[in-house]
Amino acid sequence: MIIYSENFAGILNQITAVFTRRQVNIESLNVCASSTPGVHKYTITCNCSEEMVQTLCKQIEKKIDVLQANYFTDEEIFIMEACLLKVSTEGLLQNPAASKAVRHRGARIVEVNPTFSIIEKKGLTDDIISLFSELNALGIVRQFVRSGRIAVTRDCIEHLDRYLESRTQKNN
Amino acid sequence: MAEKITGAEALMLSLKAEGVTTIFGYPGGAIMPTYDALYDYTRGEKKCFEHVLVRHEQAATHAAEGFARVSGKVGVTLVTSGPGVTNTLTGVADAMMDSTPIVVIAGQVGTAVLGSDAFQEMDLVSVSQPITKWTYQIRRAEDVAWAVSRAFYIASTGRPGPVVLDFTKNAQTELVEYKPAKVDFIRSYVPSPEPQDEAVRAAADLINNAKKPMALVGQGVELGNAQEELKAFLEKADIPAGRTMLGLSALPSNHKLNMGMLGMHGSYSVNIKEQEADVLIAIGMRFSDRVTGDLKRYAKQAKVIHLDIDPSEIDKNVKTAVAVIGDCKETLPAITKLISKADHTEWKDSFQPLRQKEIDNVITPATKPVSGPLLMGEVAHAVAKATGGESILVTDVGQNQLMSVRYFKYHKPRSIATSGGMGTMGYGLPAAMGATFGAPDRTVCCFMGDGGLQMMIQEFGTIMEYQIPVKMILLNNSYLGNVRQWQDMFFSHRRSFTPMCNPDFGKVAEAYGIPHRIVSERADLQDAIQEMLNAPGAFFLEAVIKPDANVEPMTAPGRAVDEMQLNVEC
Ligand SMILES: Cc1ncc(C[n+]2csc(CCOP(=O)(O)OP(=O)(O)O)c2C)c(N)n1
Ligand SMILES: [Mg+2]
Repeated sequence: MIIYSENFAGILNQITAVFTRRQVNIESLNVCASSTPGVHKYTITCNCSEEMVQTLCKQIEKKIDVLQANYFTDEEIFIMEACLLKVSTEGLLQNPAASKAVRHRGARIVEVNPTFSIIEKKGLTDDIISLFSELNALGIVRQFVRSGRIAVTRDCIEHLDRYLESRTQKNN
Repeated sequence: MAEKITGAEALMLSLKAEGVTTIFGYPGGAIMPTYDALYDYTRGEKKCFEHVLVRHEQAATHAAEGFARVSGKVGVTLVTSGPGVTNTLTGVADAMMDSTPIVVIAGQVGTAVLGSDAFQEMDLVSVSQPITKWTYQIRRAEDVAWAVSRAFYIASTGRPGPVVLDFTKNAQTELVEYKPAKVDFIRSYVPSPEPQDEAVRAAADLINNAKKPMALVGQGVELGNAQEELKAFLEKADIPAGRTMLGLSALPSNHKLNMGMLGMHGSYSVNIKEQEADVLIAIGMRFSDRVTGDLKRYAKQAKVIHLDIDPSEIDKNVKTAVAVIGDCKETLPAITKLISKADHTEWKDSFQPLRQKEIDNVITPATKPVSGPLLMGEVAHAVAKATGGESILVTDVGQNQLMSVRYFKYHKPRSIATSGGMGTMGYGLPAAMGATFGAPDRTVCCFMGDGGLQMMIQEFGTIMEYQIPVKMILLNNSYLGNVRQWQDMFFSHRRSFTPMCNPDFGKVAEAYGIPHRIVSERADLQDAIQEMLNAPGAFFLEAVIKPDANVEPMTAPGRAVDEMQLNVEC
């Protein structure tokens, strides 16, 4: 789901409460300023039926300070996730399988010191989870974090801009 | 440069600008600066408000709800922080469920100590967000005018609802150069979406081809002031209609297309015929489970047209063939224009045998018994008759509610205030007080049970102090009757904590100087009702009711609407 709201306090609470009430788990969540000044963008992934996500969108859009709430399937958007892995440097050096996995999965080693190394990887959930599993199986992972999914639509029309334009006209 | 005033006084001016006349409230520490300003605005040359000091903050929100329901204006509540405002929250949630426009203004500790567990601090914004249309914390006196205007705009437009303003103490005391504000546009909020021609046309097509159309009329018609538009629509295509409990006065009881009430304890014919109609036209109603019964078996044969101002109601419970989103004041006439005149005499007549069955098996025995103790139905029927369908009905919750809404008569719009979605016991008495302020020219009859009255009986004090002319009818069955009925029906008659040990209610009324009468004999009923109606102000009439009578007919929970039983088996 991609949701746009005004930049007021307390809106994230209101959005997540809709998921709680409908018993849908949020798989990942990313909040940041959007390209439109004063507008916040929420990217949320969840697993549920299309019927349910439609209901969620309508109930979220109903909140006074929410501008738009829309849902997309994977094909309709360009998706990105990232992860960071902190591994033991010794483990990394002693396991050829480890550096192989790093190369094979297109990850980057971004810091190395005698105790630990940091690996960074961008990609999709499955790809990231696979890298983690491979390294974890070698017993060298000390920390793992995966970012919320971020996405932009593949649509040629910018629906938020249209909405804001129509609302501005309405106000004049 | 304009003179500076306090944020509290700015609140007074902002409320005045919104046309507020009545405030239901209760003071306390965090709202004292506002009450100090209110002192000047409730007397002398600055007087513009009447402030009603309730005896419990929950009553203040219910009174605001009653006020709003009958007047169509926004009800206003003013309370202190912490326990003051937690006490209002039952009413706020009630208003949210039943789309009632109220604004609750609550004191809050100063911004400097927010989050420090200061005395009577409570995280109001977080607590009230899920049960309000909008909640806002006013942290600066500069924001008062804007926040109040925005609050009233949001509460009263689109699908109405409650708004809570959390008014910090420093914002009340700081000085500000007051500039009036008028919010009538919020870019992220579309109160009433533009009607879509295509949907209107599709709806008209379905109606024009319908053999057995039926309308389901909800409170949305009243909220949109579209009672006349509804009549024109129904009459042109000759469509029989059922009304939801909150929509009972949207179409007059004596209108020839009114077939009765929808729902669990509604009219038999309407419930049965919903399963036979080929097109259902839902107008400003939300297919509550109390209306639909078992959803999986609800009106599967029908194509559903849903008119609603709130897009999130569409397909929420019942899947629609055509959704007409918008204000029914506009969408109804748009559809009426495109539908052809029709005559559905045969279809309408087919309601009649079912209606007759209900009259014989339920209505006559409930309203015109010849022997035995008094029944709720006959009291409601007798009051309705004596008031000629002209008065406002306010009810509490329980059997007293279900029986009085059934047998009351509604000839004017906005004539019912009852707690629908929440079913809040204690709603009745304060809502009735509020209704007298919202409709000062009308008689307000308040039906209550012995359980529910005791949840708000302290409001006798408010009624005494302000000489509020409520006609109170206590239907005393000495039971939490509605629960007792379900225990008898579904829990093998195990009456777990439903018999009531009651006080002498007349004596309580007496203590407050409220004229009262108790009636237990059928022969005295008319006279007692006349005495109540003739009394110049408040009157408390207690009717001693058969202890174990049941509300009939009934669609048991989990049953389909056409499985409604005329007489319940226990
Ligand atoms: C605040 C609240 N508590 C509990 C209930 C559950 N409840 C619904 S009806 C009812 C019985 C009401 O008894 P009474 O007020 O005497 O009305 P009666 O049904 O006897 O007419 C109860 C306890 C409720 N609706 N609201
Ligand atoms: Mg009772």
